[in-house]
This record gives sequence, C-alpha cells and structure tokens, in this order.
Amino acid sequence: MSIFIDQHTRLVVQGITGRDGSFHAKQMLAYGTKVVAGVTPGKGGQQFENTVPVFNTVAEAVRATEANTAVIYVPASVAASAIFEAADAGIALIVCITEGIPVLDMTKVLPYVRERGARLVGPNCPGLISPGKSKVGIIPGNICQAGRIGIVSRSGTLTYEIIHQLTTHGLGQSTCVGIGGDPIIGTNFIHCLAAFEADAETDAIVMVGEIGGTDEQEAAKFVTEEVKKPVVGFIAGQTAPPGRRMGHAGAIISGSSGTAAEKMAAFEAAGIAVMKRPADVVPLLKKRL
Amino acid sequence: MNLHEYQARDILRRHGIPVPPGDVASTPAEARALAERFGGKVVVKAQVHAGGRGKAGGVKLAKTAAEAEAHAKAIIGMKIKGLTVQKVLIAPTAEIASESYVGIIVDRASQRPVLMVSPAGGIDIEEVAAQTPEKIQRLPVDPRYGLLPHQAMSLGFFLYKDVKQARAAADIMQKLYATMYDVGASLVEINPLVTTPDGTVQALDAKLSVDDNELERRADIAALRDLSAEAPEEVAAREAGLTFIKLDGFVGCCVNGAGLAMATMDLVKYYGGEPANFLDIGGSSNPQKVVAALRIITGDPHVKSILFNIFGGITRGDDVANGIVQATREFPLKVPIVIRLTGTNEREGIDILKKAGFSALSDMDDAVKQAVAAAKGTAA
Repeated sequence: MSIFIDQHTRLVVQGITGRDGSFHAKQMLAYGTKVVAGVTPGKGGQQFENTVPVFNTVAEAVRATEANTAVIYVPASVAASAIFEAADAGIALIVCITEGIPVLDMTKVLPYVRERGARLVGPNCPGLISPGKSKVGIIPGNICQAGRIGIVSRSGTLTYEIIHQLTTHGLGQSTCVGIGGDPIIGTNFIHCLAAFEADAETDAIVMVGEIGGTDEQEAAKFVTEEVKKPVVGFIAGQTAPPGRRMGHAGAIISGSSGTAAEKMAAFEAAGIAVMKRPADVVPLLKKRL
Repeated sequence: MNLHEYQARDILRRHGIPVPPGDVASTPAEARALAERFGGKVVVKAQVHAGGRGKAGGVKLAKTAAEAEAHAKAIIGMKIKGLTVQKVLIAPTAEIASESYVGIIVDRASQRPVLMVSPAGGIDIEEVAAQTPEKIQRLPVDPRYGLLPHQAMSLGFFLYKDVKQARAAADIMQKLYATMYDVGASLVEINPLVTTPDGTVQALDAKLSVDDNELERRADIAALRDLSAEAPEEVAAREAGLTFIKLDGFVGCCVNGAGLAMATMDLVKYYGGEPANFLDIGGSSNPQKVVAALRIITGDPHVKSILFNIFGGITRGDDVANGIVQATREFPLKVPIVIRLTGTNEREGIDILKKAGFSALSDMDDAVKQAVAAAKGTAA
C-alpha cells in the first residue's frame, strides 16, 4: 500500500500545456505515473507528447479517461477556479501545486471541495510521491526509494533534504506528502498521520513542520491519542523573528504564538522524537525501528 | 502588506463605517493648516508600521495649531523601531465615553474568518485574551453566507446594553466584514471602537493588513504600498523576485525554498553562528536572481561569510553556479563563500564552479560548519 496515491492513480494535469505543467507532466510520465489526461481550455483535441489527450474541461477528461486524481499547475489568478472545477467533475484527490492563492479564496474553496467528498492537498505544495508507484507533483523522483517510512511536510526543498538523508542511508519511503506552506490548506498533518497509521506498509512517520499556526500542536495531541507507530519530528524556523512571513504565507509567528520552541515542546510531550537538525532523522528513526 | 492608519481609516470610511474626521500631513505647515481646520485641539500621530508609537513619543496632543505644528516638526523624521516617520495623522481630539474592540482575522484552525469583539478596547487584544479571556467573544463566520444580521446583533449586545448602540455596532461589523473581502484583507481591526458622550458609535483607530496574494488583482490597494516604510534591501529583493528578511547575524544565507532556508538559518545557529538573513531564491531560479541575491547579501557590512545551500528540484545547479560566477565578475564578494550544491544538474553546476576557481560541497552540515568557521576567521 501507500497513502493517497498508488499504481491505480489515474491523473489529469490541469494546465498541461503551460510552462510548469508541461515540464512536470513529462517528469511524471517518465516516472511511470498514469497521466491519462490533460486540460487546457481551447486546446481540447490535441495530444500531449503524442500520448496524453488534452481536453477543454476537467469534466470531459473524467468522462473520457476515468481520471480520479487531478494536479493543478495553473497561475494563481485562476487556481481557485481550477480546484472548484476538479471538485465539480467528481475528482477524488485534487493536488494544487500553485503558490499565491489569496487566503480568502481558500475559505470558500474548502467547504465546496469537502461537500463533494473530495480531498485537496495544498495549495502551495510540492505534491506527493509513492516511490515506485506514482508521483503527483514536483518532488524529484530520483532522490526517492521505495520503502516503509512515511513523510509529511509543510515544506518543499526541506522535504527533499529529509528524503535524501533517508535514501542515502537505505531507508526507503512508502509515501511522501507535501501538505503546503499556506495558512489554509486542504490536508493537514492529522489527516496524513491517520492514513499512515492505517497503512500496513508504513512502519514509521517523519513529520516536518515549521513556525506559524497550531497544526503541529494539534498533530502532537493526535499522536498521543491515536498513533502507535514511531514518529520523528522537525520544526524549521527556530531562528525566525516574530511577525515576519518567512517565505511561506503560513510561516509567521503571530504575537507569541506559533514559535518553533512551542511546537518542539508539544512534540516532546507527545513522545515524538525531535530532530535538532535534518541529519538527525536517520539515527532517531533507527533507534525506534 | 500593512496599511497605515490613515489609509485604513479612509478605506473604512469609504465602506460606510463612521470614522471621526482626520487627515494626513507630510510637513509641519500642512499639520498646522489641518489643525486650524479642526479647531486647534488635535492629536498628532506618527504614521509608521510599528507598535508602541505612543511610548516612542510618536503620538502627541496639541491644544493649538501652533503646538500641532511643533509636534509635527518633532515627529516627522523621527525613527520608531528603525523606521523613519514620513507622515502624521492630524485628528481632532474626541471625547470618549467607552472603548471597545472589533476585529476580523482569517483563522487558520477553523479555516474561516473569525470575528472577535471585546468591551475592553484601546489595549492590545492579545493582552486581553491572555488576562481576561471572558471579555472576548469569537464568532467563526461561514464565508458562504457571510456575517448574518442576528449574529452581528448578538455581538452588538455583547458590547452595548443600549439597543441603538448595539444596532450601530452590528452595522459596523457587517460593513467591516464586507470591507475585508472587498480589499482582500487578512486582518481588519477597529481598536478602539468608541462611544462619544452623545451616544454615537465610531471607529477611532483602524488597522488593516492586506494578503500579499491579493495585490496582483487589486491595483488600487497595491498602490497604497509605502516603500519608505520598508527596509530598502527588502524592496530590492522583492523587485528581483526574491524573499529576503534581514536579521542581526554575520553568516549571509542564500537558499532555494522557504523551509530549507529556515532550516539552514537554524543550522547556522546550531553550529555557533548567527544568520545575517533569510533569503529564498525561489523555485525556477535563473542566474540573474542569484546575482541579485548576492548583491543584496554583500551589501550588508555585517556579513562575514556567504553560505549557499541549494537542493535542486525545479532549481537547477548550473543556473545557480552561473549566477555565482557572473556576480563575481560584476562586483567583488569581499568575504569567503561556501557552496553546497546537490540535486538537479549538480554535476554541471560543480563543473562551472570549478572552472571559476570555486569548490562545492554536497553535505548541508559540512557546508554550514565551514561557513560559520570562515565567518569567525575573518572576524578574528
């Protein structure tokens, strides 16, 4: 198994003819992801790379190809609309890579997606990869290795660093999920922890959080109550000043809340092994496996 | 993006919220003219993006127009938390019967706009929340229906017993909620919301932060940005498509990705250094961005070494290497540079660096250790 995506994932790429969309669609095809359709309004009827049919709408793509997962690479100004469209077309898993969606738009998008029973990952995220099975998003496939560690992270390149540490020490991954750096996101740590806990092919979980908000603290509570598998955690932003957005829209210490120290303390109280630096991930995991 | 108080007051007024008179002045003479128009008895308030303006001497009461002019002369040009005051707000002093608080934030936990009201106004709402939490009511609003009249009314009664005042407050709350979506705010705050001795309810001071992601589609709001209120290197970084935040340390950091950039700063500290900055060159980096990043980092005289930490995904190692080489042709680096380069096009990047006489490391910890040692070496 794995979580959220596997060999049965049938992917439609929204924005497949754009600069980012076409680049990453090729990467996903090369990785072996079943990219069954692309969508770009006005380019319906074309073929992408001579293999993937392009449609004008997601609904047409779903009717023709039974796509069950969508990945979104469209510009921020139309990304909320792309999520609405995917949810309306009956897509079960919507992964939004796009950065820069206004947070007030997201307050309207999320109830809509949930009412239709869909899951949104992101926005402003690198997507997911279940090594050897499927890759949806932009995580480089070559740094991953199939295995039994689940990773969930708010970051992009920091996740690659953690994956790199694991792979070079022979610890493969079941699924890596980048949940995104925005203040309002569709899938949070708890959703991923619950899925990894239920996944027979995941033995341990790595959680990579950062400053801002209370998601990590809530997740720590959930670990205490519901997670029996070993969990190792990291928080980025121990040296971040309060009141400044550290690149990610969600990475901000407001007043005295959302600090790295507060989150690390919550992890420790929940029995989560806390990394002081990314290189600690392998020794901490090996001690607990 | 934060707006100045005078800008926030204008926006609230345009959305039908009662705001007492007041106007902005850039010179002492303008301040005097405004004070004369308001009858002499005015408050002179520094317009600057920093809390604690009063304590810093940036808020003064004047009894005459001449006094207002003198205060404006003292306040304009004054530095508050490192920011130079360019403008002052001149407003007639008001008689106040009571002070309350009304604010709306986008709440991350409930993923909704949340209205917060408190009869304990005029002070920092975080302080109220910490000391007298029973004096705050919070209402998560369903964004599909907006703030419903009965919800606003019940919050109005939490503030005022008098039905007229409760109704006035409810009306202000609904207008404030509309303002939030209309301007794309992540926070709107009226603090204090006052009642005057004759019973009217007014927004005396306003704070408004706009979600940066809204600015592309709201040119009118984007035009309110006050570049003089920001650190010049941060403005230069934004124009180059970089995210840069200046810190107090001595190891200049240049990283791709926000999470990795924070983790790199933390690791600098872990190995005994202090980061001079947060800098994310972003995903699809081109050499020009790297040149701009180096120009900004080397402009800080406190930087004693420069650390690159690049984990190529979308970012390509050869692009970063070309940027570093190009930058050294355009201006001298003056301090040692330590480069960690791995991921996409790593080999091509390392080749480019070697030809130009640089070396690159593949491990993040090794690179950080070297950068900290190099910084301390040059400092000694």
